[in-house]
Amino acid sequence: MYFRSRKMNFNSREGDFRSAGNARLRARNSGARRQETLSSIITLKSITLALLLLTGWISPAEARELRVCADPNNLPFSNERGEGYENKIADLIARDLGAQLSYTWWAQRRGFVRNTLRAESCDLIIGVPAGYDPVLTTHPYYRSTYVFVTRRERALVLDSFDDPRLKTLRIGVHLIGDDGVNAPPAHALSRRGMITNVVGYSIYGDYREPNPPARLIDAVASGEIDVAIAWGPLAGYFASREPAPLAVTPVAASADPPALRFVFAIAMGVRKGDTAFRDELNQLIDRRRDQIKQILDDYGVPQIPEIAR
Amino acid sequence: MPGKVDTLTSQEKSSHSACTIFRAALSLWLLLNLNNPISAASREPSAPDDGQWIRPAHDFASTRYSTLNQITANNIQQLKLAWTFSTGVNRGQEAAPLVVGSTMYIVTPYPNILYALDLSKPGAPMKWKYEPKPAAAAQGVACCDVVNRGAAYGDGKIVFNTLDVQTVAVDAASGKEIWKTKLGEINKGETMTMAPLIVKNNVLVGNSGGEMGVRGWLTALDLGTGKIVWRAYSTGSDKDVLIGSGFKPFYKMDQGKDLGVATWPPEAWKIGGGTVWGWLSYDPKLDLIYYGTGNPGPWNAEQRPGDNKWTATIFARKPGTGEAVWAYQLSPHDLHDYDGVNENLLLDLPLKGQTRSVLVRPERNGYIYVLDRATGEVLSATPFVHITTSKNVDLKSGRLIYNDEKQPQLGKVIREVCPASPGAKDWQPSSYSPRTGLIYIPHQNLCMDFESIEANYIAGTPFVGANVRMYAGPGGHRGEITAWDPVNARRVWSIKENFPVWSGTLVTAGDVVFYGTMDNWFKAVGARDGKLLWQFRVDSGIIGQPVTYRGPDGKQYVAVLAGVGGWSGAIVAAGLDPRDASAALGFANAMKDLPQHTTKGGTLYVFSLP
Repeated sequence: MYFRSRKMNFNSREGDFRSAGNARLRARNSGARRQETLSSIITLKSITLALLLLTGWISPAEARELRVCADPNNLPFSNERGEGYENKIADLIARDLGAQLSYTWWAQRRGFVRNTLRAESCDLIIGVPAGYDPVLTTHPYYRSTYVFVTRRERALVLDSFDDPRLKTLRIGVHLIGDDGVNAPPAHALSRRGMITNVVGYSIYGDYREPNPPARLIDAVASGEIDVAIAWGPLAGYFASREPAPLAVTPVAASADPPALRFVFAIAMGVRKGDTAFRDELNQLIDRRRDQIKQILDDYGVPQIPEIAR
Repeated sequence: MPGKVDTLTSQEKSSHSACTIFRAALSLWLLLNLNNPISAASREPSAPDDGQWIRPAHDFASTRYSTLNQITANNIQQLKLAWTFSTGVNRGQEAAPLVVGSTMYIVTPYPNILYALDLSKPGAPMKWKYEPKPAAAAQGVACCDVVNRGAAYGDGKIVFNTLDVQTVAVDAASGKEIWKTKLGEINKGETMTMAPLIVKNNVLVGNSGGEMGVRGWLTALDLGTGKIVWRAYSTGSDKDVLIGSGFKPFYKMDQGKDLGVATWPPEAWKIGGGTVWGWLSYDPKLDLIYYGTGNPGPWNAEQRPGDNKWTATIFARKPGTGEAVWAYQLSPHDLHDYDGVNENLLLDLPLKGQTRSVLVRPERNGYIYVLDRATGEVLSATPFVHITTSKNVDLKSGRLIYNDEKQPQLGKVIREVCPASPGAKDWQPSSYSPRTGLIYIPHQNLCMDFESIEANYIAGTPFVGANVRMYAGPGGHRGEITAWDPVNARRVWSIKENFPVWSGTLVTAGDVVFYGTMDNWFKAVGARDGKLLWQFRVDSGIIGQPVTYRGPDGKQYVAVLAGVGGWSGAIVAAGLDPRDASAALGFANAMKDLPQHTTKGGTLYVFSLP
C-alpha cells in the first residue's frame, strides 16, 4: 500500500494542472476509504509489489508500470476509487502483464487525449470507439448500443424512433454540443420533428456531483421524463441502481443509416505509433475475452454480438 | 462631426472645456464640408490624450486611438526596444497593458497574475505582483486556450476577471486585494476571459462557456464593494433579461414578450449560450452601454428552431440599472458559431448629409454594421470579407438572409463555408482614427468544410462527430488588416498576412497603425496608405493588444505583449497535434504550419524613440 500511496501523491502534485473535480476528489478521498473500495486483488498485488520493492527483492526498474488515463468521476466507466468496469479491466490487464497499475485522472472530455495520452503522462485509455482518430485503437472488445430507458411500471417497451407514442412522451437525451453535433438520439428525434418534447441533459453536467452523465437516468426514475435514450453501458448500470425499477431496450440498429449510428464497437486506445503495445493488448484481449465479458456482464453492459461474417 | 471621440475619463475632463470651443468651431466648419469627411477629420477633433491607457479600448467609444504624436512615419525608423518584461506565463497573451500615472499593469493568462511595473525607474522594475490563484480545474473548462483580455482601472483600483469566474479588485498603489466576487461555476462549464468595463461606479463583466451549455449573462458589480448590482441574462424571460417598459427594439423581429423563452424549444433557453465574453462600449451622452452576446448552443441548429434570442445580439442598456433600451439580433438562429461579441466603435459620422451618432461593428458573420446607436436601426451592413453563408442583411426587416446551401448538416459534406466558425473576425479589436476617418480591422480570411463523420467520445459516450476543417479563403492568405471607410462603406487599403491577424490594432495621431502577427512580427504601417514603416522581431507570435502612453519622462512609448495562443494559436500554446486536423474545433487544420513559425512565449515589449 505504501507504493500505491506514493503513486497517488505523485499524481496529486501533478493534479494542479489537471481537470475539473480533481481537487474535490482528492480532498474527499482519504487513503482509508480508497483501501476499502479497491478490489482486494489489486490491493494484495500492490502490497506484494510494494513489499518486493521495499525489501529490495526487485528494483523499481524491473517493475513494469501500466499507466492508465481515466476519468476520476464517471461510473460505470471509471472513478478514482476504482469502482468502474474500466478500472476492473485495467486491473485485469495489469495482472496479466505483471505490471503495477497507476492512473492519470482527467475528465474525459475535450482535451482528454491531449492532456493525458499525448502528454505522455499515461499510456492507455481503456475505452474509446474503435477507429477513434486521435489514438491508435486495439481490436474492439465489446459492442454496445444506445437504449431506451423507461420505468418498468409504465410498460412502454419502446424500441424504435418511429414509435408514434414517442411524439407525446417527454424524452431525455444527452447534449454534447460538439460543433453542431450531438448524441445520435438527439439527431434522430429532430429528424422526425420531435423538438418540443425533447429535454437535453448536459453530458458534462455539474462535475461537483458524482458521475454527472447519470442525471439523465436519474430523471427517468424520478419521473422528470418518460423515457431516456442513452448509451447502453451507462443506462444498463444505473437502471439497476435507481429507486424505481427501469426497463432498458436497445435502439433498433437499423435506424437512420448511414449518418447516424447507434451501435458502436469499443476498443482500447494507445498513443499513435505505439504499435508494439497495441499488438500486445490485442493478444491480451483475445486471451482474456471471457474475463472481460464477465466484467461487462457484472456491470450490466448491454452487448451486441459481432455480426457473423 | 466625423470621428468625434468620446473621451470622458476624469483625468480628461480638465482639458474638456477648452476643447469645447474648438469643437463648436470645428462642427460649423464641418457642416460646410460634409462631402469631404476624410479631410475634415484630419483637423483632429478629439480631445488631447492624457497619455495614460486606463482600459483596453482606451476610451469609452472603443477607438483605441491616441492623440500622442511623437512617433510618426518620418521618425519611426528610429523606434527602438526600450525594455522588456517576462510574464513567466507562456500561454496566449491577449491582454492590453494598462498605464495609470507612472505605473503599468499587466494581467497574464491563467493563472491570471497581475503585475505592476514602475515606469518612473529605468527598466520599469516590478513594484508588486498579485496572484489570485484561480482553481486549476478552470483550465479544463476553457474552450480556447486560457486567455485573459485585460484589466480596467477605476477609482484607485485595478479590476480584472479570473478564469475560474471571479472578478477581483486590487488596490492600484499597493497591490492589496480589495474585494473578490465569485460570479459563476467552473463545474457547470463557466469561465471568464473578458476585460471588464467600468462605468461610473459599476464594473461590467460577462461569462464565457457557450459550448458547455452555459447561460450567458452580463453582471454589474459595485466598484467599491464588489457586490452584485444587477445581472442581465442573455436568454429567458423579459424579467431575467432586464427587459421592461423602456425596451424599444427597432425591428419587428426583436419585438414581443418574453422572446428569450418564446424563440426556443421549451427550456432550451436555460442552457442556450449567449455568453458575454467580448467588448463593451459606453456613450455618456445617451447613458447607454453596448455589448454583444455569443452564439446559441449546445443544441444543433435543427434542434433549436426559432431565433434563439437573445444570442448573437447587440444590446443597449442603462449602465445603472441594466435595463435594456434596445436590442438587435445580428445572426438570428445562428448556424455557424458566429458569436456576436465583437467591439462596438461609437462614432459620429456624416451619413447622407447628416451627422449620425452610430455604432460600427465589424461582425463575425462578415458584415460591417453601422447602427444608429440611439435606436438600433441598421443604416448599412456591408461585407468586408468573402461570404457564402449568407446573402445579405435585409435593411427593412433587419434580418440576416442565410444561404441554405451552407447550413451544416450531419451526414452531408458541405464545402466552402465562409467565413469559418471564428468568423470574418473574432475578438481581436479594431481601432479608428478621427484623422483619417478609417477603421483598422484585424481579421482572418478563413473558410471551412463541414466534412465526413467519425466516431467521437465524450465522458464515455460515443457519437458520430463532424469533421470541421478550416483553410485559407480566396487569395490563400489567412489574415488581413483592412482599413475601412465607414462613411462610404468601402475598403481603402488592406494588408495580407500569412496567418490570421489575431492581435488588436492601435492607431495614433502620428498616423501610424500598430499590430502584431502570429509569426512574431510587431509592425507599424502608415494610417493612410498601409505602407509598412517599421517592424520588430519578437520572441513569440502576437495576439495581444498594442497600446501607447506618455512615460513619466514625457516620451511616447508603445507596448505590446507577445505570446502566441488563443483559439487560433492553440496548436502552439496548448501543443496540439498538427496531424489532427479537427483539433481546436477544426482551426488546427488551418494552422498546421504555425509551429514552424513560432514558439510559446509571454513577454512584454516596450518601444520608444531614442
